Amino acid sequence: MTQAFDAAAQQTLLESRARMALELARRLGADACEVGASVDQGVGVSVREGEVETVELSRDQGIAVTVYVGQRKGSASSSDAGEASVRAVVEKALAIARHTGEDPASGLADARLMATELPDLDVHHPWPLTIDEATDLALRCESAGRGMAGIRSSDGASLSSGEGVRVYANSHGFLGSQCGSRHSLSCMLIAEDENGMQRDYDYTSARAPRDLAEAEAVGESAARRTLRRLGARRPATGRMPVLFDPTLAAGLVGHLMGALAGGALYRQASFLCDRLDTPLFPEWFSLGERPMEVGAMASSPFDGDGVQTRDNVFVRDGRLASYMLSAYSARRLGLQTTGNAGGARNLRITAPLQGREALLARMGRGVLVTELMGQGVNGVTGDYSRGAAGFWVEDGEIRHPVEEFTIAGNLETMFQGLVGVGDDTDTRGSIHTGSWLVDEMMVGGS
Amino acid sequence: MTSQTHAMLDEASAVLLTPGGLDLAALDDGLGHAMGPGIDYADLYFQRSWHEGWVLEDGEVKEASYNIDGGVGVRALAGEKTGFAYSNQITADALAETGRTAAGIVRRGERRAVAPGVAMASQARYAGVDPLTGLSAEDKIAMLKLADRVARAADPSVAQVSASLTGVHEVVLVRASDGTLAADIRPLVRFNVSVIAVRNGRRERGSAGGGGRYAMARLRDENVAERYAREAVRQALVNLEAVEAPAGQMPVVLGPGWPGILLHEAVGHGLEGDFNRKGSSAFAGRIGERVASPGVTVVDDATLADRRGSLSVDDEGTPGQSTTLIEDGILTGYMQDKLNARLMGMAPTGNARRESFAHLPMPRMTNTYMRAGSDDPADILKSVKRGLYAVSFGGGQVDITSGKFVFSASEAYLIEDGRITAPVKGATLIGNGPEAMGRVSMIGHDMELDTGIGVCGKEGQGVPVGVGQPTLKLDELTVGGTAS
Repeated sequence: MTQAFDAAAQQTLLESRARMALELARRLGADACEVGASVDQGVGVSVREGEVETVELSRDQGIAVTVYVGQRKGSASSSDAGEASVRAVVEKALAIARHTGEDPASGLADARLMATELPDLDVHHPWPLTIDEATDLALRCESAGRGMAGIRSSDGASLSSGEGVRVYANSHGFLGSQCGSRHSLSCMLIAEDENGMQRDYDYTSARAPRDLAEAEAVGESAARRTLRRLGARRPATGRMPVLFDPTLAAGLVGHLMGALAGGALYRQASFLCDRLDTPLFPEWFSLGERPMEVGAMASSPFDGDGVQTRDNVFVRDGRLASYMLSAYSARRLGLQTTGNAGGARNLRITAPLQGREALLARMGRGVLVTELMGQGVNGVTGDYSRGAAGFWVEDGEIRHPVEEFTIAGNLETMFQGLVGVGDDTDTRGSIHTGSWLVDEMMVGGS
Repeated sequence: MTSQTHAMLDEASAVLLTPGGLDLAALDDGLGHAMGPGIDYADLYFQRSWHEGWVLEDGEVKEASYNIDGGVGVRALAGEKTGFAYSNQITADALAETGRTAAGIVRRGERRAVAPGVAMASQARYAGVDPLTGLSAEDKIAMLKLADRVARAADPSVAQVSASLTGVHEVVLVRASDGTLAADIRPLVRFNVSVIAVRNGRRERGSAGGGGRYAMARLRDENVAERYAREAVRQALVNLEAVEAPAGQMPVVLGPGWPGILLHEAVGHGLEGDFNRKGSSAFAGRIGERVASPGVTVVDDATLADRRGSLSVDDEGTPGQSTTLIEDGILTGYMQDKLNARLMGMAPTGNARRESFAHLPMPRMTNTYMRAGSDDPADILKSVKRGLYAVSFGGGQVDITSGKFVFSASEAYLIEDGRITAPVKGATLIGNGPEAMGRVSMIGHDMELDTGIGVCGKEGQGVPVGVGQPTLKLDELTVGGTAS
């Protein structure tokens, strides 16, 4: 990278700013205080049609302070973590805490729950990449895709590489910090036939540069994904099985976790209120998190409250085994925190996995969905209705691309109707899953 | 130049430049760093914003937050290339470092001069006030508590009420190598109410909100707390009665106001200059062609007074304007920023927008709406034998290349024999932008703008927008419900 980034020095600096904020808050009358601070730096290069289009250098920092005065709370933040800003932020947070109402549930997590095991989880792999090298990778990626027969033009390829430091500290004396990195390369291409244009993309993303897919492979895959959409028709309206591509299946896991989040539960804004210990999935399905997994996308030994993270099981043998709680939401529900302030980390599925062919054969006639559009997911009711594109499957074989249709159902029914999970696990994000075959949904087409 | 323009520049300069030891004259040097060899345009975008948010839950304001953000973004353009860097420090050193970095996009060529800064005369579309002052913390809390009381009193099924009051005070200054010098002070406020109603074990949400570019005090004066609380409860109660939505193709009537998000998705994004320059939009190269039914006139208008999407000047310093995109069904124009306008041989339209100094500007919508037609809304409903009447939406998305768009209704009803009957839940509408616009068969005389709630996302950047339309009939659209 052309900007120097000394992660260790930044870490030391942010840690000292966090301590300064805690000390200042205490002196100015706060009973308790917590501080989050971060700095991230990165480079992004995008190319289009063989030429550099943009080169962006980013450097973002921020500090956020929450103070507690009795059971009252105030928060303030700034995009500058300089000493003067830290002071201003602490003062503003205290000023707000004079006006907010008492909240019996407010406050830090229990001191005895603070993380004490803070191993290095190997998530920081900086990439000493020059702009020219970044450009070259993006160009190679795009060129491989553009070179495939039938591709009309490119909507660009982008390489981004970044690293950063985040610190969380609170007045229990807990201070945790972690350096991390993330690199990605993506490509979007356009193909055209007599019915119009289609575009699609592919990407690779990893903590360490060595774990990225080859640039050419990404471009070629983007081309294949684009070309296979040409000639799409609209499917007939009716009830049928739906096979979700792995990235979209990960989205379904995301909706599940959204409904298991403490914030949604205590607001009664979840279709999974009061469902602990009841069956939600088939018995062969389990889902848990691995926050301490070495080198993974969302690894962290401590959560957003400073609490030690742990291997939670959210769905065990098909039954809802745990909610996903922070210290605050747990108090609101009269439960214990699950170390999930800030969400779940590295979700993994345990299920008998099946090949794509087997899932298609099982489906017989239906749609394989490879893209979803719109925000038609209602977390309060579980109602699900989204725009989709994908492929028509007949006699267990992919017949032709389909587009401009909707798939609709209810998440609870979809979870219960899960028929199989594919072995085509997508490991690029923090949720790892293969395809999901759902027994029946309403398809709205022609 | 007006004295108002001067006053705005002085204020922006005092807020943005003075603390770091800079002044307007010093920006010529600052810009010089970005005008390296081969660079044909560069600009500096200074911004500082103060964001305040108050949240009520369980009848109590337990949470409030305050955020200060600011810095300078430096952009250098060479042909189709863009170099960009930013800093949260506004100092001469930061301008030199970011400027040189941005200019590194090309390394050889002619070195061009920075044109002397000339303050752009522009008309203010909203008052340059700090919207966070004028109401005390007690006043703000009282508004939220009023919303809570009104919502809970409205119906016994109301189980949860949350309300929020947010405001942003933003000061921006733009200085570009083409001589542009412009400043803007942009207030933005919003009040929102969301309720959960529970009856017979069934749980539904309703929400309402709005705001614009004015002081928070106006929200109180207009009594939005009570209005939005009642509206949120009404919507939740409607949804408690909702039956499964139908699936398949049918006529769709869209209510006035917020359903204009259809235009935003189906047409608006496809008419942004960048997508058309690159040829990736389904509307590329179609100026002068029929892209919608006769009677359909769509404008993007940054000049509406005090509206959420309005801009006195855009983020490149170009005055906000009203651009007719489609006139009587014929495509007449695109929305442009300077880069895409130049590369397409067109004029900028004041549509350059960016989420913040740390993001690159792009052509974006402001307030996008369809002008009123002449049909009576009642006649429009009467003309439908079996169809869907959608009055509120959660959100939408478009694939500008294929033209496919999607949006999700948060309040919709069945139309049977020309009458509105049962409310339906979970209806998603899907269609193709150019095709859908050709299926508009009736246009109401009841044009309305939305209440001021829109956030548009593009390439990861969110900006506030407005939408609007009259009651509209589309002869056929695909509805994605669960009922057979």
